[in-house]
Amino acid sequence: MKNKLMSVSTSIVKKSLFLAIVVSLITACASNKQQEADAAAAAEAEAAAAAAAVASAAADAASVEVSIDTAANLESVFYFEYDQSSLTSAARAALDAQASALRDTADNVRLEGHADERGSREYNLALGERRAKAVADYLAIQGVSRSRVEVVSYGEERPISLRSDDAAYSLNRRVELK
Amino acid sequence: MGFFKAIAVMSAVMFSQLVAADLVIEVTDWVKDPTKIAIVPFRHEGVAIDQDMAAVVAADLTRSGQFEALSRDAMYSSPSKANEVHYRDWRALGVDYLLIGHSQATNKSVTVEYELFDVHRQKSLIKSRVGNRKGSERAVAHKVSDSVYQRLTGIAGAFSTRMLYVSVKTFPAKNKNTPKQAYQLILADADGARAREILKSSEPILSPSWSPDGKQIAYVSFESSRPAIYRQVIATGEREKLTNFRGLNSAPSWSPDGKRLAMVLSKDGNPELYVMEVATRKLQRITKNSAIDTEPSWMPDGKSLIFTSDRGGRPQIYRVDLSSGATKRITYTGAYNAKASLMADGKSMVMVHRDDSGYHIAWQELATGRLIILTSSSLDESPSLSPNGSMLLYATKYQGRGVLAAVSLDGGVRFRLPSPSSDVREPAWSPN
Repeated sequence: MKNKLMSVSTSIVKKSLFLAIVVSLITACASNKQQEADAAAAAEAEAAAAAAAVASAAADAASVEVSIDTAANLESVFYFEYDQSSLTSAARAALDAQASALRDTADNVRLEGHADERGSREYNLALGERRAKAVADYLAIQGVSRSRVEVVSYGEERPISLRSDDAAYSLNRRVELK
Repeated sequence: MGFFKAIAVMSAVMFSQLVAADLVIEVTDWVKDPTKIAIVPFRHEGVAIDQDMAAVVAADLTRSGQFEALSRDAMYSSPSKANEVHYRDWRALGVDYLLIGHSQATNKSVTVEYELFDVHRQKSLIKSRVGNRKGSERAVAHKVSDSVYQRLTGIAGAFSTRMLYVSVKTFPAKNKNTPKQAYQLILADADGARAREILKSSEPILSPSWSPDGKQIAYVSFESSRPAIYRQVIATGEREKLTNFRGLNSAPSWSPDGKRLAMVLSKDGNPELYVMEVATRKLQRITKNSAIDTEPSWMPDGKSLIFTSDRGGRPQIYRVDLSSGATKRITYTGAYNAKASLMADGKSMVMVHRDDSGYHIAWQELATGRLIILTSSSLDESPSLSPNGSMLLYATKYQGRGVLAAVSLDGGVRFRLPSPSSDVREPAWSPN
């Protein structure tokens, strides 16, 4: 985990131009968490995960000169691979920042798990729950009590993108923190 | 053939316009050499009726894919009694069978007397009469279709059956947020007609399941912003929330004796199969495994369930004995098999099966593992068998829309039932 973050930070310095573009993209979206995800969406599915990693790594990396208003810009949507519920390094980085903010409050959290449209609906409902639980478990390790967290799975019933292609599927396989 | 097809689709469209939300049947594949039948408009006496019952029969038989109905324009005469039938005329038109009838209606009832003839052997095969209360003309016509179909194929007709499905309208979201949706649980005749809403919600509705007597249904609704399993009596609309546990409450499936519901709950940590005694709500936990266990379907003897589990790493179908808990994997072909549903004899099942070209509906024999893929589109799901086991309904995407489709188990007949105004999914064919 630590190593991955470090290597992400190193690559950020090397790619400062890319970072500047991504950060300006994110800040241009003001403080709306959902819009942040959508900006990434427009820049293709892979970029969504990358942007989350970069934004959260940037928040941690004091050496990078761009500063972000962390409370307003915390990534609240975490994406998953096909039929997988393991957290990507990008999601972990984003969750570290969320956990840190949540430790300072007593707010309850709702985690909504989602799947893409492929395969059967009830299996996808179970898959969405497994994803949301993976996020809840990770937050618990980071000190956010499981009793504050409600997990609800919508399976494939609430897609972000209604298209039937890989980019849409990448956006729809997600957990939303609310 | 093309001409016959056009007529069939037109008559289905005509009737579906009576109720705006009805599904429209588009038959896409027929059997290679369909039986040719002439269905003469029924002569009517008494109070006017607003349904052309002979046209409903023609649409039913055409939709089975096994019959080709002669266009009315081609008919030389319109007999309604046996002594008006001239076999030579019908032979000349190339038809094998002839159905005639006359209907009578009062303010209270409607009846049809009908007769089916074998044109080649020049003999009467059925002479019968069917009636019901006024206003149920379509139901009467479906009974005639059932009788003709059974006489000519040896298989019980399923034209008088019904289906449940979920209809979803999606409204574009502002700022690309999650789009807003309006869900309806719809009950319709098996031909898509007489669609009526039995539940409406702004939150997801899924997994409709029939009780074996066809009088009650169970389903999952998110109306409380969490999934819960409900039971609803069709005739009265009376409903009750059966489960509302923390986590998943999903995939209800009625036992063959109608007294129990298999379901999936994750209240004890992760998705497990449970069986609930409906009268007492007493729960029996069936599976205990850290994997996903879901989508139970009953063996006809009510003593075991088949279900989807990814305990082997990928979703596959397993069978569990309810009394011993003994569990055995039953699918080995392919890396994704899910949502299985048993045929009435318990010897084979239909399910969602993934291959290199996507997610299809497949049939598998339990004893041998022999697998046949029945559908070719790539996002096929939710197979539901007709009560006579000859066809199955499923959900797929066609031209970017969620549509229902059907295929005969021999793969020869296919039709689609798109909705003119919404995405439709989750079909459940009634048991009777």
